[in-house]
Amino acid sequence: MQLTGAEIIMECLLREGVEVMFGYPGGAILPTYDAMTKYPQIHHVLVRHEQGASHMADGYARATGKVGVAIATSGPGATNLVTGLATAIMDSSPVVAITGQVARGSIGTDAFQETDVTGVTLPVTKHNYLVADVDELAYVIREAFYIARTGRPGPVLIDVPKDVQIEKTEFVYPEGDIRLPGYRPPQEAPADQIAAAIELINRAERPVILAGHGILMGRAMNELRELAERAGIPVALTLLGKGAMPEKHPLVMGMMGMHGAAACNYAIQEADLLIALGMRFDDRVTGNLKTYALNARKIHIDIDPSEINKNVKVDVGIAGDVRTVVAQLLPHVEVRQHPDWLARIRDWQEDADERDILHHDTGERLLGAQVINDLWKFTGGEAITVTDVGQHQMLEAQYYPHQRPATMITSGGLGTMGFGLPAAIGAKFGRPDEEVWAIVGDGGFQMTMCELATAAQENVDINIAILNNGFLGMVRQWQEFFYEERYHATPMFNPDFCKLAEAFGVPAMRVTSRSQIEESVAFARSVKGPALVEYVIEKEEIVYPMVPAGADLHNMIRRPKPGEVIQR
Amino acid sequence: MTDQSATQQQTEQHQRHTLVALVENKPGVLNRIASLFRRRNFNIDSLTVGRTHKPHVSRMTIVVDSAQANPNLIAANLLKLVNVIEVRVISGEPHVSRDLALIKVRSDDPESRNAVTELCERYPARIVDIGTKVAIVEIASQESIVEALIEELRPIGIVEMVRTGVVAMGRGTRIQDTEYEPPVKIKQNSNGYQRFSV
Repeated sequence: MQLTGAEIIMECLLREGVEVMFGYPGGAILPTYDAMTKYPQIHHVLVRHEQGASHMADGYARATGKVGVAIATSGPGATNLVTGLATAIMDSSPVVAITGQVARGSIGTDAFQETDVTGVTLPVTKHNYLVADVDELAYVIREAFYIARTGRPGPVLIDVPKDVQIEKTEFVYPEGDIRLPGYRPPQEAPADQIAAAIELINRAERPVILAGHGILMGRAMNELRELAERAGIPVALTLLGKGAMPEKHPLVMGMMGMHGAAACNYAIQEADLLIALGMRFDDRVTGNLKTYALNARKIHIDIDPSEINKNVKVDVGIAGDVRTVVAQLLPHVEVRQHPDWLARIRDWQEDADERDILHHDTGERLLGAQVINDLWKFTGGEAITVTDVGQHQMLEAQYYPHQRPATMITSGGLGTMGFGLPAAIGAKFGRPDEEVWAIVGDGGFQMTMCELATAAQENVDINIAILNNGFLGMVRQWQEFFYEERYHATPMFNPDFCKLAEAFGVPAMRVTSRSQIEESVAFARSVKGPALVEYVIEKEEIVYPMVPAGADLHNMIRRPKPGEVIQR
Repeated sequence: MTDQSATQQQTEQHQRHTLVALVENKPGVLNRIASLFRRRNFNIDSLTVGRTHKPHVSRMTIVVDSAQANPNLIAANLLKLVNVIEVRVISGEPHVSRDLALIKVRSDDPESRNAVTELCERYPARIVDIGTKVAIVEIASQESIVEALIEELRPIGIVEMVRTGVVAMGRGTRIQDTEYEPPVKIKQNSNGYQRFSV
């Protein structure tokens, strides 16, 4: 069958099971947009800015575990994808981006809308391709999807010159094994490493499991739970590991790290064994490496061999698929309980409970923590929440416990403001049966709020909660703590978010007191299509606890107990 | 180079590691590797790349300063690149390594000519070009021997120098090769790159 390059792209996407792609047309990708008209099975979502397309593909991927697809034209179209690709690689999200490129004869001539896209995206993709021959196209696309979703997942970009899209060739879909000589994600662990890990696990008195995104990506939720329950080991989650184990489970301590639960951080510092599963010891979870978990032996299981011994030296480093490796461990793990250790953790938790803002009298003020906690309550804790970056993100992590995997989507590694709204749109396309809430701040929302138009055009049934404090809240918090309260460039003039939403045809509601939150959830749910709720919250709220950047993990700034005087 | 820095370099040599990588012979692979080293802040002491007996495989020898990064971590990072087929840290095992240098020295009087000739007898070096003003000395040997020769030529007057960087190979049956064959035919594209059409 003779097909054009553009038609081959569409045929290959069909065979990869792609249902939806997020993109923006332009000169160099037009042949592919034209070919789309022959493939109505694949729904194309017209975004308002290509950054939105890459975040939507990312949100779709994280919500479904499938590969998300973004498409853009050459030059500015492709460079606008970069933030989304960088977000995806930091959080190991499987995304395939297809970009148009100027015709082969024009490459290197500074042609109109030409950018060296494979060069620009090299450090922010798992792999990328410039397709130089239409005969390679089908192989390249197949490889790209395979690389994106296997091993440690990540974004892959395919740059296709315009004339390659136009050229015709005999299309034969490449069946059979993919032959990538240099691509061998590790699977099982060798027996000696399993034995070494078992020795440590069965001997530990104060063990802690650190569970990360790898548990979710590797579908190792059951194995994790079995390990924790069998050996009676408390579990600390990374931000992206939320949902790896039901957060109401008695062994789950909550999130670790900079704004993590104090009990988690103390437990890590006092542990005699850390079992790190599918996480990478990011600086936001370790604090000062020189004082990190000094008493603990460490087992690190991750699919990426280059993560082992990168930040934290470990006693047993296993490069392997976390589900396979934990399953290898399980038969040898002794049934244990650690009552003294768990009691000690419970003491820390009770102390934290006393400090919790929800147990303080806050008068008339509406706090972000209350909004998030009430959203949790009134959505039954069952929604998929997609956050932006900042205080509201950390509050979500603290006050919206998730019982199911892949129901919390956030930009953890890169911390990309503007991620929330587009990623929520992508997530809803992937999981139309689920209630999806974009929880965003007033700052991040304004970075990508043009995607309200996309949500309206597609009538995407998402609910948008803006926590509006009129500040870049997290930056303001740093200025308060570390820059002697010089609030420079953090107070924000904001538009009237409700009027703005209405201008896009999106029904909106403003909430100024806690008593309205339940009604706001009912309102948002009643709208079939996008709905926006603006929560006008306390301007100067602080997210506690906080490990200052580079400080020791146990040296958290804590919220004072009621009646206690703040000491700074 | 002053004497002091030469000594310093000698001591630092103990902290160097040699990695050998087999990579797919495709456009852009060298860029990917260079970009990785830059991005991860790994310091390259030398990097050489050349063809092998298999047209679709290139071989790189990379010498790194291991005071800055663990060579096994560098190898793990290299292996993450899809086009990198195999990596081995060979500095810990018996291996042969060679660095080739061409050194142009002053030879405009009998003393300098005699001195150069004498050095070429003591070292595995030879004069490959000589005129009334300058001579080119060629040496292909272990890095330390090349460096020793350079230090002895320095007082005579080095006017120009080029080095290839180290290439290395494991001794005996420590064979580093790949079974990999490219699927189907080899095409030559307009840029003169050898391309493997799949």
